[in-house]
Amino acid sequence: MLSSHWLTVGKEPAASIRFTLTVLSFLLPIAVWAIVSYVPWIWHPLIRVSSAGDVAWFKTGLLVERVVFAEENLKVVTSGGHAAEGERANPVFLPAPHQVAQAFITAFQTKPILRGDRWLHESLWLSIKTIVLGFVFSSVLGVPLGILCGAYPPIARLTEPVIDFIRYMPAPAFGALAVAVLGIFDAPKMAIIVIGTFFQQVLVIGNTVRRHEPALVEAAQTLGANRRQLLLSVIVPSCLVDLYNDQRILLGWAWTYLIVAEVVGVSSGITFFINQQAKYRNFENVYAAIIMIGLIGLMTDQGLAFIGRRLFPWQLNPPSRLGRFLRWLFPQKAVEA
Amino acid sequence: MNSPAPTTDYLRQSLGVTERFQRLKARPVVLEIEKLGRQFAGKNGPVTALRDISLKIHRRELVCVIGPSGCGKSTLIRIIAGLDVPTSGRLLVDGKESRGPSSERGMVFQGYTLFPWLTVKRNVMFGLQMGGMSQLEAEGKALEWLALVGLSKFADTYPAQLSGGMKQRVAIVRALAPNPRVLLMDEPFGALDAQTRAQMQAHLLEIWRNVDVTILFITHDLDEAIYLADRIIVLKAHPGEVQEVIEVSVPRPRSAEQFNSPEFLATRRRLEELIHPRVDLVHEKLPIVRLTPVGDDVE
Repeated sequence: MLSSHWLTVGKEPAASIRFTLTVLSFLLPIAVWAIVSYVPWIWHPLIRVSSAGDVAWFKTGLLVERVVFAEENLKVVTSGGHAAEGERANPVFLPAPHQVAQAFITAFQTKPILRGDRWLHESLWLSIKTIVLGFVFSSVLGVPLGILCGAYPPIARLTEPVIDFIRYMPAPAFGALAVAVLGIFDAPKMAIIVIGTFFQQVLVIGNTVRRHEPALVEAAQTLGANRRQLLLSVIVPSCLVDLYNDQRILLGWAWTYLIVAEVVGVSSGITFFINQQAKYRNFENVYAAIIMIGLIGLMTDQGLAFIGRRLFPWQLNPPSRLGRFLRWLFPQKAVEA
Repeated sequence: MNSPAPTTDYLRQSLGVTERFQRLKARPVVLEIEKLGRQFAGKNGPVTALRDISLKIHRRELVCVIGPSGCGKSTLIRIIAGLDVPTSGRLLVDGKESRGPSSERGMVFQGYTLFPWLTVKRNVMFGLQMGGMSQLEAEGKALEWLALVGLSKFADTYPAQLSGGMKQRVAIVRALAPNPRVLLMDEPFGALDAQTRAQMQAHLLEIWRNVDVTILFITHDLDEAIYLADRIIVLKAHPGEVQEVIEVSVPRPRSAEQFNSPEFLATRRRLEELIHPRVDLVHEKLPIVRLTPVGDDVE
């Protein structure tokens, strides 16, 4: 009899339960958010004034702290006036889920107010362009260099120490420098993403390639492969799946540098949108934009995982968790692949 | 301790076998090793893994190397393959000194070393294309080789979908495709189950009969060595030296029925004498204390 306890080390739950758990992992935080937003006696530290009564400085719709509200009312009542009325509310920076959900549509319809403000879709497109270009620039250099480091120890000895040193310098620290060198528009932003990605990329790719199977290299040598052929026909293909997954993870890192990169020089893209909307106190737009970044990231990653399954047909079952994730998202199609 | 007199009847050869060996020795030498030695750096000075190994292998001979663990048989085959460097001695292929790995010495490894990202057909094409053959030509050759080992219908599958025996069949033809002078096999059937291994041994003899190739085969399985080999080179450990070279007196063609023939058994007895130390010579006794009740003996 196998252990049937639901929590057993290394034991996967049944497919239906796995699906439920995935859904729950998203629903639970949303549930907490909904409870805080919709149950009036939980948190709600403010009062939204609905009728000002005789309090001189109250206005309908004003948000005041509960203590202040009570004090003012006490003063007014003792002096024989009408008490103000209102209901408990959350601060403006915590919009309710339905407001944010609405904002997913309204954010796209929010007109740019000032000259230089942009529509949300324009901002998003700008951000995606910055990320993709920055990542491509980084990869064009970083991937080949990483492969060389992993394949040839002397090259690793030559480059990795200094790269190891530089990668500890936070990419944003280069912001001012990047602006001075590259101007204030898009170039320094990409530079920040390149700086943030490149050095990690060389090390990560180098490590992956270093873990290649030496037996395959030896087999290829006894089949007459020369040095160039060993690198291009054996080492690189044998690491291809891992390299692809590394790139997926690195792309995620590039996204984390986006916000920093976009405030360098002339603020732009999704960050600029978020900042502007925060200034106008449209916090539901702010949340919508942040969640959109998450969704774009998730969708990119899932998309790449999905493509990966088709690119590497020799893999019987890719071990990645994201691969399994994907099968939940596209149940029929992906299982067949 | 009266140790039995060393057996000698394994030396007795029928006329046919003697003649066969004479014919073999008349053939040109394909692989020659001269006073080969290999030392490794150890904590307490250099450790000698191989010392003064010399041997000549003739064209289309099948030679097995056998020895106890630690005798350096893997080091030997790796040196011959060019994957390791000897500290002394020379290696000659067709009379020419040879350095580094090349496709003239193909190798089949114990672990499965098929390229997992290539289909079976492309695995076999690999060596051919490394040698500069065009894709089309290589493909044709690869399909011929796969037909030879009965794997034509698996040409387009990936190695991960094959059984262990099939993988090694592909590995053998992959090594044979670029037309090597010598095929080196490092315990290639060691990871297979007994039944598959017996099958593979028969397959190998079949391939060897039909292909112009000289085989050097490493194993620790005595029966395997006798069943396959023309000559068996017995190594001893610490340091690895040639202890004896046995001309196998079992006539060819070999078959499974010969496992109980007198020649086979005599050779086997001799190999056991050489490789397995007699119990009375083993100094190491386990310090086991009785943990079971008296009267509950298992003899």
